[in-house]
Amino acid sequence: MSEATATRTPPAVDAFEPKIIAFVCNWCTYTGADLAGTSRLQMAPNVRIIRLPCTGRIDPLFIVKAFERGADGVIVSGCHPGDCHYTAGNFHARRRFAVAREIMGFLGIDLDRVTFSWVSASEGGKWSEVVNETTARVRKLGPFNTYRDLVAGS
Amino acid sequence: MARIGVFVCHCGENIGRTVDCAQVAEACGSFPGVVHSVDYKYMCSDPGQLQIKEAIKEKGLTGVVVAACSPHMHEKTFRKAAAAAGLNPFLCEMANIREHCSWIHEDRARATAKAIDLTRFIVEKVKRNQPLVPISIPVERRALVIGAGIAGIQAALDIADGGREVILVEKEPSIGGHMSQLSETFPTLDCSQCILTPRMVEAFQHPRIKLMTYSEVESLEGYIGNFAVTIRKKARSVDDELCNGCGDCQSACPVKKIPSEFDAGLGKRTAIYVPFPQAVPNIPVIDRERCTRFKAMRKGKKKEVCGRCLKACGREAIDFAQEDRLITEKVGAIVFATGYQLYSIGEEQPREHLSGYGEYGYGEIPDVIDGMQFERLASASGPTGGRIERPSDGKEPETVVFLQCVGSRDPQKGIDYCSKLCCMYIAKHTMLYRHKVHHGRAVVFYMDVRAGGKGYDEFVRRAVEEDGAEYVRGRVSRLYRAGDKVRVCGFDTLSGEPLEMDADMVVMATAIQPQPGIESLAQKLSVSYDKSGFINEAHPKLKPVETNTAGIYVAGACQAPRDIPDAVAMASAAASKVLGLFSNEELERDPCVAQVDETTCSGCFHCERVCPYGAVEHLEVRDRGGNLIKVIAKVNQGVCQGCGTCQATCPSKSVELLGFTDAQIFAAINSL
Repeated sequence: MSEATATRTPPAVDAFEPKIIAFVCNWCTYTGADLAGTSRLQMAPNVRIIRLPCTGRIDPLFIVKAFERGADGVIVSGCHPGDCHYTAGNFHARRRFAVAREIMGFLGIDLDRVTFSWVSASEGGKWSEVVNETTARVRKLGPFNTYRDLVAGS
Repeated sequence: MARIGVFVCHCGENIGRTVDCAQVAEACGSFPGVVHSVDYKYMCSDPGQLQIKEAIKEKGLTGVVVAACSPHMHEKTFRKAAAAAGLNPFLCEMANIREHCSWIHEDRARATAKAIDLTRFIVEKVKRNQPLVPISIPVERRALVIGAGIAGIQAALDIADGGREVILVEKEPSIGGHMSQLSETFPTLDCSQCILTPRMVEAFQHPRIKLMTYSEVESLEGYIGNFAVTIRKKARSVDDELCNGCGDCQSACPVKKIPSEFDAGLGKRTAIYVPFPQAVPNIPVIDRERCTRFKAMRKGKKKEVCGRCLKACGREAIDFAQEDRLITEKVGAIVFATGYQLYSIGEEQPREHLSGYGEYGYGEIPDVIDGMQFERLASASGPTGGRIERPSDGKEPETVVFLQCVGSRDPQKGIDYCSKLCCMYIAKHTMLYRHKVHHGRAVVFYMDVRAGGKGYDEFVRRAVEEDGAEYVRGRVSRLYRAGDKVRVCGFDTLSGEPLEMDADMVVMATAIQPQPGIESLAQKLSVSYDKSGFINEAHPKLKPVETNTAGIYVAGACQAPRDIPDAVAMASAAASKVLGLFSNEELERDPCVAQVDETTCSGCFHCERVCPYGAVEHLEVRDRGGNLIKVIAKVNQGVCQGCGTCQATCPSKSVELLGFTDAQIFAAINSL
């Protein structure tokens, strides 16, 4: 891990650039983000995508873990309700996150740092909006230091 | 110990322009476990793939990460290369630094940093990948074709001629679709019915085609090679075994003034009807909404009213008590070919964002009609027998104004796209009109004339040069009644002057839209569609007739506005894809499926409750004496589709989705 850390480009000194992790489903949002790419839609370079088969596969612990590891914001995005490639995975995801939101608040994660959205395979434009809006919002909130401060204090 | 090779692709300049690929390769070389890291101009080229193969052999790689385009583009390519060098293909993955990085950013330093991050995620994941073996599943070698317009008929005939059984489902009482309504077709002016009806009959008589008209797809289960489709066979109220299509019931029916759908509302039909004389099958259906008998039944009247069709039928084929039937069929592949409808201006819209063209008075001025209505006026089988008569008073119109792009290419009205066929059919209409009314004036208001296609531009020129169609470049702002004429207020953008003229009839080339209800059908089939409702193809260039769902193909105007040659070409392409699939008895499937850890599963069966496919079974674990120890979950890997909802739900973390295990995902997150 330490070697990998050394190679990372240091963030710009003048401005805070948030690190945002996006957990997206393979069929809708990942393909929508591909479409944003083929359409050359310019967007904030702060978001790193982790591809999963379905939003139903997303364990809320992924989100908590991302914050623990230094993410300042998280995006969860999948197919629109009714359009799930696996029929119902996104419905389970939606119900799971309705509950998980409460827990995340309890864990000290400001819910404004988390974006839930539906982006279909044909919505490249919407994906770039989600990326830009989340980046702007998290930039305003500043770095997520809650966990880092805790570790430093202990 | 993992020995990972990283291969960074420049994609010519596509990645290299924004991302410093050499720096990415260098950075990746220092990740723990990475023993080989290089960059190259085109990783997908033969020499590029050769580099991967050689590195696998020479460096004894245990995993390969290709940082290049989207895995949807080239994952198969690189996995194949890895397999050729003796590495399990599932140990090879891609980091997407083109679509998700170089193409969407300009800042070189930040794009490079992002590319390094994205590659690191995949490196950490691949270190924990396990070798997987594709699952073999049997293929049910029968196809389902949804929609029996020209595209559906063509696809069904091609598949059936290729030796496989086809179920052809059509929601209307007859097959034929919109093509059966057309008078003549561009660019050759051959009669639409003359070329279509033989194909309709061929489909009807084909020993391997099972035709199901007046039927709709109710639900779909399963996956490529193994679909189970439930079809609702709507009650015709006529026994199709007994009926011989004599038509006596139609003559007897007293409800004779129902606007005919086939004649686009210009002709009339009865409540028991065959849509048109050449209908296939030639079996009538009772329109239960309009039939006197059914109306009375709905009002709760006990007395049996009317029943004249019943008395008229010599074969006792009328069956008022008939009910919808649900039929389940097993198929291995599906062709989606539901076609189009015209944007109905001024009427209630199926999609909220579509606002009408109130200024054109469609629906209020009887002599303002749409393109399909003109087809029926010009057709020999139409309500006027092929004479051009305007709807208001039946007079022959002396001046006909044609408006192109009504709805199409007009984002303010909710439709951005070009409907593609209208330029051609309007040119055809001017010709048909001038051939029948020699002294008449045909004036076309257009934005552009888009006549790309073999013989298409020549055809439009012929309309202008030989048949005297007058083309005015400009839009029409308003239509209103002036005496018995229609006043057309427009603007000639070439002369820069406003233009007003009186027309006897106005024909609008309204936009092409997918059929109403396409969204719900697409959801049943799990295929994606765009914001207009058109079905998404899997790749706009390389997979034009495949959908994102394996085993489901698309043909014709449900994918985008398509003319007849395009629709037929797509249908044959889809049919060849189906036949290709059916040339195998077994199919290899992605092995990314769920697996239960028998030692830790407590048998709570939360996974069973969330599984969309019913893939979770119960497994009894017994000791040597045969005593039951516990009942645990077991995933049927032939049924599992790999969504992973079970894994995120499992309280004891006893189920793992192969290829996307917790260890893999957490490793990626940890590397942040």
